[in-house]
Amino acid sequence: MSPDSTHALPPGVNAAPPLPDILPPVRERRGISGFVWRHPTMAIGIALLGLMALVALLAPWLGTVDPTALAPAKRTREPGAEFWFGSDGFGRDIYSRVLYGARVSLLVGFAVAVLASLIGLAIGMVSGYVRFVDGLIMRIMDGMMSIPPILLAIALMALTRASVENVIMAITLAEIPRVSRLVRGVVLTLREQPYVDAAIAAGTSTPRIILRHILPNTIAPLTVQATYICGSAMIIESILSFIGAGTPPIIPSWGNIMADGRTLWQVKPYIIFFPAIFLSVTVLAVNLLGDGLRDALDPRMAKRL
Amino acid sequence: MLGYLVRRILATIPVMAFVALFVFSLLYIAPGDPAAVIAGDQASPEDVEKIRKSLGLDRPFLVRFTEWSGQVLTGNLGTSMFTGLPVTELIRQRVEPTLSLMIVTLILAIVIAVPIGVVAAWKVGSWLDRAFMAFAVMGFSVPVFVVGYLLAYVFALELDWLPVQGYTAMSKGFWPWLENLILPAIALGFVYIALIARITRATMLEVLSQDYIRTARAKGLGERGVLFLHALKNAAVPIVTVIGIGVALLIGGAVVTESVFAIPGLGRLTIDAIVRRDYPLIQGIVLMFSFVYVLVNLIVDLIYTALDPRIRY
Repeated sequence: MSPDSTHALPPGVNAAPPLPDILPPVRERRGISGFVWRHPTMAIGIALLGLMALVALLAPWLGTVDPTALAPAKRTREPGAEFWFGSDGFGRDIYSRVLYGARVSLLVGFAVAVLASLIGLAIGMVSGYVRFVDGLIMRIMDGMMSIPPILLAIALMALTRASVENVIMAITLAEIPRVSRLVRGVVLTLREQPYVDAAIAAGTSTPRIILRHILPNTIAPLTVQATYICGSAMIIESILSFIGAGTPPIIPSWGNIMADGRTLWQVKPYIIFFPAIFLSVTVLAVNLLGDGLRDALDPRMAKRL
Repeated sequence: MLGYLVRRILATIPVMAFVALFVFSLLYIAPGDPAAVIAGDQASPEDVEKIRKSLGLDRPFLVRFTEWSGQVLTGNLGTSMFTGLPVTELIRQRVEPTLSLMIVTLILAIVIAVPIGVVAAWKVGSWLDRAFMAFAVMGFSVPVFVVGYLLAYVFALELDWLPVQGYTAMSKGFWPWLENLILPAIALGFVYIALIARITRATMLEVLSQDYIRTARAKGLGERGVLFLHALKNAAVPIVTVIGIGVALLIGGAVVTESVFAIPGLGRLTIDAIVRRDYPLIQGIVLMFSFVYVLVNLIVDLIYTALDPRIRY
């Protein structure tokens, strides 16, 4: 308050005294601690996922032995000094197998998430923008969505040779319809927005509208969806391997380790226990990351769920 | 209403046609040579040729597809390559355990999940709500067979409360039948419960903020009446939708659950079919399950009109 303003008041009128600062200044947390404070679930998810990625990358240097090495004399040893997580029915070291198994799960989860998002994005864009193919594409997607995803992946795997690439392809195909439906829905709402009308009125070309106005707005929901797909792909991979229709048995994946432990589980439950913990924690990390992303990117959705 | 019913049933025909087309064309779009894959590594070229012939892969796609669709429409799903029996007969033999498992799971899931969701929405932000929602995230993250083994280990092997594995037909008595299904149903229902509880909480939260809820409370209605008479009834449509969509999870999960608990149902049939690469059988099972799934969602659509008279077609 400047002295001039009080001076300008008519005689007999007193200006109110300035208010004291009763609210302390808000201390904004910055950097990593600020991120953890604002998005605790996302932070936990990223930390766990990062840890798992490190384990996968550094598997050879974490005290592991060859995960496929057979030792018939040392079958089904309980967890102990020699075999930290015990050994399976062929004498293979479960600790090493579980650590190397992280590679398969993370690869499958990540690859399916990226592929399904990209292909689903393309299909959803075309469907939402090109009216005359929309009906046809959506009927095909309805048809595909009427097949439970695990069954669809099983049917595909029955027709191809077991390999990690084919597992990725089968799960991707099962996940595409959901992504395309999501993208199409977003595109359909976006193209009714006034700013898109404005862009059209200003003479913007269709490809430019798609690139500048539609595409950027699909990224947030698509990213959230992609993390959930990543988690579900890891689960489907383990299920496929577990029932013998997934990753080839010689590759140590979590599903395969559990499939090997299936016949012995009543006497040697640890064979299934350790890969199960790793799988569950990894999928949990991905889902926490997804929930955090959803809350951060789409506050309206966050309130509803 | 009748007109709607007819239209809605007719609308499922193109969907089923696309399912059939898709399941059938998998034979053609799968990378590599399906006949060689099905025949296995030790097969002679003659065997591969024989399988190619029996699958009809030596003839043009459209010719084979029309022929096959004609068969499917008359209720003939083909012949199993391994057993030589009709696929429909194999499915019929295995229907009971799977159907029992699914119905028990469905009832169990709804009875557990809906109250959880209602209470979580009622006490939103409380520790109970947080605990339930943390449980829901867990439900989405732990695969069905992990839950299955854990339950079997604790409640069957350690505590010896329930049988570890197996199935008893319902004709042998109700309790022996149910006893064998409790653990598999909880395992199978785990993710389903999480899904239903989450959507129940979300819709209940929305409904509870409506004016008529305040009116109901203002006129002195008890909390139970508010929650279950006024709120839940109005939140029913999304909940029923998710229950319908979630049946896909049950179908996929049943394959694994039956394997964990040694239940001789359709899931085991599927696994046997995979191991033996019995493609006509797999095709038949996938078609049958998809048909059930479409049918369930048709019924769900029809339930809408009963739940919410405002929905008129």
